[in-house]
Amino acid sequence: MTSQTQTRPPIRFRGRSFLAVVLAPEAPIEDWLADLDALARRSPAFFAGRAVILDVTALAPSRDALKDLVAALNEREIPIMGIEGAAAGSLGPGMPPPLNGGRPSGEVAMPGEAPAAPQVERVTGAKSLMLESPVRSGQAILFPEGDVTVMGSVASGAEIIAGGSIHIYGALRGRAIAGAAGSPGARIFCRKFEPELLAIDGLYRIADDIDPTLRGRAVQVWLDGDAMRTAALD
Amino acid sequence: MAKVIVVTSGKGGVGKTTTTAALGAALARTGQKVCVVDFDVGLRNLDLIMGAERRVVYDLINVVQGDAKLPQALIRDKRLDTLSLLPASQTRDKDALTDEGVARVIGELREKFDWVICDSPAGIERGATLAMRHADIAVVVTNPEVSSVRDSDRIIGLLDSKTERAEKGERLEKHLILTRYDPGRAERGEMLKIDDVLEILSIPLLAVIPESEEVLKASNLGSPVTLNAPQSAPARAYADAVRRLKGETVAMTVPSEKRSLLGKLFPRRAA
Repeated sequence: MTSQTQTRPPIRFRGRSFLAVVLAPEAPIEDWLADLDALARRSPAFFAGRAVILDVTALAPSRDALKDLVAALNEREIPIMGIEGAAAGSLGPGMPPPLNGGRPSGEVAMPGEAPAAPQVERVTGAKSLMLESPVRSGQAILFPEGDVTVMGSVASGAEIIAGGSIHIYGALRGRAIAGAAGSPGARIFCRKFEPELLAIDGLYRIADDIDPTLRGRAVQVWLDGDAMRTAALD
Repeated sequence: MAKVIVVTSGKGGVGKTTTTAALGAALARTGQKVCVVDFDVGLRNLDLIMGAERRVVYDLINVVQGDAKLPQALIRDKRLDTLSLLPASQTRDKDALTDEGVARVIGELREKFDWVICDSPAGIERGATLAMRHADIAVVVTNPEVSSVRDSDRIIGLLDSKTERAEKGERLEKHLILTRYDPGRAERGEMLKIDDVLEILSIPLLAVIPESEEVLKASNLGSPVTLNAPQSAPARAYADAVRRLKGETVAMTVPSEKRSLLGKLFPRRAA
């Protein structure tokens, strides 16, 4: 019998750090907003889902100017979750809370000047992605919408991430991640089986754990409950 | 119409510079006007392999930045007057190369020469991407060894996405040169076989250069192997590669060293 009088655990507070984008507007504010709009045109989704902190240390705006600035940013669908460096008393109700003690953590990569690697190819609008050429080492194919078919080989160090199944009509030497959008029914098929990693719906298996007798053969991979099954096709 | 070739590999030490010098000299021997360009700014080596290290005054960076004119920086080879070298700078780094500057220099070279051969630095960073940027033909140099093959695969991916031709939707010719190949060791499974490499990289084979002491000997003498020992096995393989680049059909063989019977019986003298 378990006792009903079990004491409830005390409420615990945990610290957790998140990376936020810090916007530090510069005067004149109109020009700065124009630059921001130009950036938003280059990559419309840059601020979507990001935590944004407004740093007004350099600007030192009045209470009304700060209110206008926050409104202008909200208009651009940039939600401000905190304000750093605002003068005491300039943050009233309806304004984001004040923040201090932030630690710098380097630049956030801007779209358009993004690092060259890893190169990610992403195609939208169809339920199936057909690749006519081999997938080279270092390439990542991301297609959460559906199946990926590769007519060539997937090289060691390359990666295919598909929402659905993955079909490879050459050798699979890289990583194949199927059912990434949460579909345990997805499968992986290849003509020559030499993978570095297999995954379906989050369950993965590394090369070391793969049946060595299947190497080099035509193979399919599927999930049977929580078990990953592999079988030769020929 | 001038053709720009980039000799690239991803991995270092597989024979890019040796290949650049050997192809350049072999092409120049057929009467074509050739310029070999060292893009390995900061770690230049092509001048040594070409035997021109004592004649470097201006370099690629000087020309890119407009401090010197192209003819001032070009070094005419003493053995072949159709062969020139544009050396890299040893004191600067790859950040000194600008996109526009490189485009202008390649454009000027196209007017002066029939072939421009760019020796790419190892790696996949700025230096390597700028070296491949304006190429019409890529020669991917690979050793029969897994890490070299995987790095070459990565480079082929970049050739298909980062070059001017790829961005314009045009085709960039890609060829493979397999260097340091030893048929005996490949047969014993000690190195990858030609077919294994071709199967992984799936680009056409331009030449197989057999492992040979002639290559190191020529490098240390400051002479491309195709000039220093034109009858040696690697030189014949490079000469075949050049004929294929010029559009001839040449049967693919792996040349081997010709040795007399006595040479086979007594390959080396005891010390």
